[in-house]
Amino acid sequence: MMNTPMIEVKNLKKYFRTPRGNLYAVDDVSFTIERGMTLGVVGESGCGKSTLGRVLLRLLPHTSGQFLFDGTDVLQLDIEEMKELRKKIQIIFQDPYGSLNPRFTTSQSIEEPLEILMPELDANQRNARIMELMDTVGLASRFVNAYPHELDGGRRQRIGVARALAVNPEFIVCDEPVSALDVSIQAQILNLVMDLQEKMNLSYMFITHDLSVVKHISDEILVMYLGQCIEKAPTEKLFSKPMHPYTQALISSIPLPDPRKQNRERHIIMGEVKSPIEPQPGCRFAPRCPHKIDKCVGKNIPLLEVEQDHLLSCVVFGREE
Amino acid sequence: MMPMENPLLIIKDLHVSYKTDDGVIYAINGLDLVLNKGETLGLVGETGAGKTTTALSILKLLPERIGSIDSGTIQFHDERLDNAPEAKMRLIRGSQISMIFQDPMTCLNPVLTIGDQIAEVLESHCPPGTKAAEIQRKVDEIMTMVGLPPDRKEEYPHQFSGGMKQRVDIAIALACEPELLLADEPTTALDVTIQAQVLDLMRGLKDKLGTSMLLITHDLGVVAETCDRVAIIYAGEIIETGEVDDIFYLEDHHPYTKGLFGSIPSMNEKMKRLNPIAGLMPDPSIKYVGCPFADRCPHKMAICETQKPQPVVTNGHMIKCHLFSSKPAGDNK
Repeated sequence: MMNTPMIEVKNLKKYFRTPRGNLYAVDDVSFTIERGMTLGVVGESGCGKSTLGRVLLRLLPHTSGQFLFDGTDVLQLDIEEMKELRKKIQIIFQDPYGSLNPRFTTSQSIEEPLEILMPELDANQRNARIMELMDTVGLASRFVNAYPHELDGGRRQRIGVARALAVNPEFIVCDEPVSALDVSIQAQILNLVMDLQEKMNLSYMFITHDLSVVKHISDEILVMYLGQCIEKAPTEKLFSKPMHPYTQALISSIPLPDPRKQNRERHIIMGEVKSPIEPQPGCRFAPRCPHKIDKCVGKNIPLLEVEQDHLLSCVVFGREE
Repeated sequence: MMPMENPLLIIKDLHVSYKTDDGVIYAINGLDLVLNKGETLGLVGETGAGKTTTALSILKLLPERIGSIDSGTIQFHDERLDNAPEAKMRLIRGSQISMIFQDPMTCLNPVLTIGDQIAEVLESHCPPGTKAAEIQRKVDEIMTMVGLPPDRKEEYPHQFSGGMKQRVDIAIALACEPELLLADEPTTALDVTIQAQVLDLMRGLKDKLGTSMLLITHDLGVVAETCDRVAIIYAGEIIETGEVDDIFYLEDHHPYTKGLFGSIPSMNEKMKRLNPIAGLMPDPSIKYVGCPFADRCPHKMAICETQKPQPVVTNGHMIKCHLFSSKPAGDNK
């Protein structure tokens, strides 16, 4: 059955102007997300994954490209239309310490999006909704008047989730929602996020640097390196048969909690991420790549389908144009 | 009991507290730990469990006037560190015991070149009268050893990336070839590919120099890759210790250890849901009577709230839990 995907991002670019030239934070990224599905976006610091999330929500202006939500180009909407659309698209931020107003109590924090985006509700309805949301995200009602500093990281992140859910969105960008939390708390929030998806048929774009988290939560994974998508595949496929040398290195760099698997084959890559300012044409991973050949530099490498649903941008392991 | 192999550091019944304006925080509550010569011991626990406090207590770097060792002993070789005078500690820090800190971005001095910062440790611990040229030669040697080009020694910390700064930290810590290295989450702030490089480097250097290491981390993957033994810390107490294989493969575990493992998403099999531990760590400003984990424990019994569990040791694998203390040692079911 062919139907238009709920989310379709086409050739999205975001460049920042710097004194030394343009910084290519997001450079020609395209993907789709079906309703009820999760796309995981992985990459290391500075690869542009957070910028991508922010551009989709128009928290940053884009440079070029399209973001179609049920067929509407979100990036072209005016302020009023955008306000209406924010009921459908929400974000959960990384840092539950920095993303909440320290002077707002739990109920005020959750009330804020309701006041702005659902002015039709009266105070009683809003209060009822706040209690309902606190229950949904697993926050005990005794915390209703607590300030962020009185709560631990896990509970603060639950407020973040409640704020995102307040207006009944359909698509949520999760920007590293668990990376600031301890493993046991991280597991609680991941379970919550997955339960909510099942209950409300939500779609997620889940941004993270943690491959075990992204494997657990995603249906499909997009790997970013210096602003570009270098490989995209269904989760099982990406982990069982990673094709880009960078993806292979990422996966084999994860320390496995299994001492008997320590002699597995490793691809430790040397060197560090190069500057994203005015990159030269060619594969951006080439300077660190152990399989580099002459064809890797000089010409941009297209993202091509090498197997069904498996996109790859690599001249060594990929398909000839 | 297993024969004591060759203990380098022995901590016995340590209690550490912080006196703050809001009252007393009991950070370490009867911690026992043994680190043998040449081994890497992983100290695993969550935020606030007392991992960093343990390391700071060993070096006596607890914040002045606020943090103090209330009771217990810390023995390094045959010397007591817990009551050692500051002058003596200054001789030990950096030369016999040194520390790598969690955040490589903030623990370097931003206005000194990295060459100067490495030289500083050498100058403080080399015999007086060592020539400047000799120290510079050593700086070059150490930088090469940790994979930093020596011609960058005139540069400042802001000119280095996070992974490179962590290499500078490691260089400073290893400059005097200490016997014991306390590594406090050395790779937590780094990206995975850089983490793999740094862990590789630390493993190599440890083998080369024969340093013993206390590796503080919350990442069980890092533990599996680097440690010989593991100690699980919860609310300022060690609740389980053993060889890496004991912790990762044996059936019997402290319920908290089980919870920790249930919380990590598996890389091998597909799980529908994670099995985290409900609830939170106990409030450190209240001294608890029974088992610190009782409130969150799925196997809680009446005795857990009233009596502290005693360590039960089976073939060197220690568990502090009433579930096991009622059974004869060695009985697995």
